[in-house]
Amino acid sequence: MTLNVSDLRIARGGLPVLEGISFVLKPGAALILRGPNGIGKTTLLRCIAGLQPALSGQITGGEEQIAYAAHSDGLKPALTVTENLRFWADVFGTRSIKHALEAFDLTTLRDRPAGALSAGQKRRLGLSRMLVTGRAIWVMDEPTVSLDQSSVALFAAAVRAHLGAGGSALIATHIDLGLEAEILDVGPYKAAPLAFDDFDGGFL
Amino acid sequence: MIALLLRDLRLAVRAGGGFGLGLAFFLIVTVMVPFSVGPESELLARIAPGVLWLGALLSCLLSLDRLLALDWEDGSLDLLATAPLPLEAVVSIKALAHWITTGLPLVLAAPVLGILLNLPLEGFRWVVISLFLGTPALSVIGTFGAALTVGLKRGGLLLSLLVMPLYVPTLIFGAEVARRGAMGMGVETPVLMLAGISAAVIALMPFASAAVLRINLR
Repeated sequence: MTLNVSDLRIARGGLPVLEGISFVLKPGAALILRGPNGIGKTTLLRCIAGLQPALSGQITGGEEQIAYAAHSDGLKPALTVTENLRFWADVFGTRSIKHALEAFDLTTLRDRPAGALSAGQKRRLGLSRMLVTGRAIWVMDEPTVSLDQSSVALFAAAVRAHLGAGGSALIATHIDLGLEAEILDVGPYKAAPLAFDDFDGGFL
Repeated sequence: MIALLLRDLRLAVRAGGGFGLGLAFFLIVTVMVPFSVGPESELLARIAPGVLWLGALLSCLLSLDRLLALDWEDGSLDLLATAPLPLEAVVSIKALAHWITTGLPLVLAAPVLGILLNLPLEGFRWVVISLFLGTPALSVIGTFGAALTVGLKRGGLLLSLLVMPLYVPTLIFGAEVARRGAMGMGVETPVLMLAGISAAVIALMPFASAAVLRINLR
């Protein structure tokens, strides 16, 4: 599945933040998003994941193909690592969670409640969710926050394996993951401030 | 979908899940009423159906703000929205889980608490039937309110105010069924109205809930 984004214009809280974004993400390829804080990387990823509509422009090829990882991991502290992961596997209709536990070195923590994990371990569990989704396009927002160096290596290995299997990844990160990936700096695409002619727009 | 239901039920019964909160509140309300209105058993028998219904409604209301807010806070609502489940199914399942953990225990507890209120013997059956028919509507309407206020800090106040008027028809007809049943009168009309309201709400409300949730997730 090739993700095609053309001339995208997006807004956060009713104010345009980025415009003219175009890229193509082919199977087996990764694209790294860069840009200063607040430029709209998260908004762009949420648009692509389908959580919010774009002002204009087109996103094609991503329908039912995207697995999205946000800032927060969506873990339930009262459930164990296995139960958390099993839930997402069931929701996405995939079976095995073993490979996901192994890929992020969570096997020894499998019966621990997610609430008792450290920040980095939680993050690893959140990222392992991507492996049980069985979806081709990974859209990830700052996935390496609170990961130590060896966990970052685990993550990079997982992404590399995913790319090798024909998947693709769109990652907003400032860390060098050691991937052969294109880099898209969204800084130059900053939208011009909007004149307030569309007063009702913020409510729609 | 079953996975989501099981997860919600499991979360509700685990520590800090809030299962039993509504039930405890229901218990407190109905136990306290005889103390506050005095020990006249005739008066109690007359107000018992209404008190049981009001207690059940308030207990439902109490647990609503956790319904979607917890999933919002830890980010799983965003992730569920991008999952293969349609949001209509997500909110329906959430309402069902809420009913199983809050509404159903109230239905089962109502006859026991009816004894404390000197509920007439003929009334027990109709109190249980009316609550069984009415509480699903309370959960589904409540889910709509929770979807409207998700993402607001301390949205509980707004949620109660928004949901209250929507609860009125269910309360009127539900309490009417219970009252007429307790007095040995015919209950057909209010039962049909109550069941009709519940059926309509269960069929239509999930679409409204999903629509407002989609807007709130932006």
